[in-house]
Amino acid sequence: MEITPELYKDMTDGSAPKSKSYINIPLAFLIGGGICLIGEILLNLFEYFGLEQEEAGSWTSVILVFTSALLTGLGWYEKIARHAGAGTLVPITGFANGVTAPAIEARTEGWILGVGAKIFTIAGPVILYGTAASVVYGIFLQIFKFFMK
Amino acid sequence: MVKALGRGVFQMEHSVSIASYAAVAGKKEGDGPMGKCFDRVEEDSHFGQKTWEQAESRMQQETIYHALEKASVKPDDIDVILAGDLINQCTSSTYSLRPFGVPFLGLFGACSTMAEGIITGSLILSSGAGKRCVAATSSHFSTAERQFRFPLSYGGQRPPTAQWTCTASGAVVLDTETKNAPKITGACIGKITDLGVTDANNMGAAMAPAAADTLTRWFKATGTSPENYDAIVTGDLGKIGGKLLLELIMKQGYEINPCYHDCGAMMFDADTQDTHAGGSGCGCGGSLLCGHFLPLVKSGKIKRMLFMATGALMSPMLVQQGESIPSIAHIVEIVSGKE
Amino acid sequence: MLEYLWAFIIGGAICAVGQILIDFTKLTPARILTGFVVAGVLLSALGLYKPLIEFAGGGATVPLTGFGHLLAEGIRKAVDEKGWLGILSGGLTASSAGITAAMLFGLAAAAIFKPKDK
Repeated sequence: MEITPELYKDMTDGSAPKSKSYINIPLAFLIGGGICLIGEILLNLFEYFGLEQEEAGSWTSVILVFTSALLTGLGWYEKIARHAGAGTLVPITGFANGVTAPAIEARTEGWILGVGAKIFTIAGPVILYGTAASVVYGIFLQIFKFFMK
Repeated sequence: MVKALGRGVFQMEHSVSIASYAAVAGKKEGDGPMGKCFDRVEEDSHFGQKTWEQAESRMQQETIYHALEKASVKPDDIDVILAGDLINQCTSSTYSLRPFGVPFLGLFGACSTMAEGIITGSLILSSGAGKRCVAATSSHFSTAERQFRFPLSYGGQRPPTAQWTCTASGAVVLDTETKNAPKITGACIGKITDLGVTDANNMGAAMAPAAADTLTRWFKATGTSPENYDAIVTGDLGKIGGKLLLELIMKQGYEINPCYHDCGAMMFDADTQDTHAGGSGCGCGGSLLCGHFLPLVKSGKIKRMLFMATGALMSPMLVQQGESIPSIAHIVEIVSGKE
Repeated sequence: MLEYLWAFIIGGAICAVGQILIDFTKLTPARILTGFVVAGVLLSALGLYKPLIEFAGGGATVPLTGFGHLLAEGIRKAVDEKGWLGILSGGLTASSAGITAAMLFGLAAAAIFKPKDK
């Protein structure tokens, strides 16, 4: 009997176990929510000590990024992320993990083409397309401004 | 001499002996259900080296030394070494073998390398081109992860179909004279098979059709059936690929379930070791063949077996280009030397 | 206290959306992250993200959509002040602290830590 790619696709779709979403999604919610809660506490703390909202936001990011880089270096971030999934991926700590992890690992290939180049393997697309999207938005704003004059 | 039974299928008229075999594995593999079968389990996943790539080479080197020692031979007694691995340009093998000074053929068959090496070695011995060969292979979780997936400390979640590359290595010494040893009596060279699986996180599914094709060709060319074997062992189809192979081969009219084993499914305890669909990598099939199955063949508990190493011939670049994953599987028939 | 509860719930919900994408689509983590940042820019451009931040605070700024909002906010301000040049300078100026911190701490971590096996 001939197995066609179409028939085989049905077979593989039927055999692949599904992700345990009933555990994954609540866990992502709890841990992701927890990280955001820590962010909110830090924000309020910085504002309490008299920082402007914007500055407080920046300091909060810096603290979260630092913590994430430290946990990544110790090998703990990956252990939490294994269970938290998007809960540790989506917050800014996930971005910092995406910068730190390749940097640590590329050290065996040297500082320039190892660490220097590989540090952006995961974060690069995020920065690039985030910036590009914001530029597109800026062009719209500028054209809009031009016509409103 | 060798008798061809069909395209890529042949029998050794004077069988080749597996004079010795050795397996070395990492800590996680050592902690698994098969942990006791290895010659050595190394706690340090760096194997005392600076980089992961050096670590894998070191592991393969140690495995070969173990095998040579068990056969009481020296590198100078070896006519050819056949080795391969998963890392670009087979560097784990070339750097492992750099100090040996033995004629070398590098092989790439992804995770099917162990069978590829044994087949090539058997043919070299059968042709009279050499008296003694070594076939070896290795894989290391960290080198494979770096090359094929994400940095180790990156917090990604593995899908349930993903397999865990084993840190393990296997090596055999083949010759034509050792008595009372497992014998290579036949082989089937696999065809590249691709049924369109594109998911690099589901290698078992990509490889199962190749395994089914090779196995069917073997049964047809030799006129044997699953009942003739005490064990039919695949390298690293894992739980999902193994299930698919059973279904695929059933559609060809063969029921292999009673004697079927998969090294990937055997290597870890999926519930406690978080390895999802099972182990994978050249070293998975290689180390369990050398650590678990060959001792059983030698003692006569397994009289006749098929070892079928399966390989996903995948490159991250081609997968990014949207290509599907071609796969291959080679069979080696091994029989007990005990009468 | 209520603001903390909302930060937790909204932040958690945004992450849960990410998990749904992981579990039910074939999107890789890199694509999901990129998607979240671009979505943040878009939501901010449509004026939807600022109200969410006023409501949920850290729950909206900490996820990567908040990073996208930061880029868009920066552009908005810079275009106001500098016109065409602002289009080029606004985004990265606003997000520079986070990006620089990530690069710097990443570099420091590479100097201090050794890669670990899983």
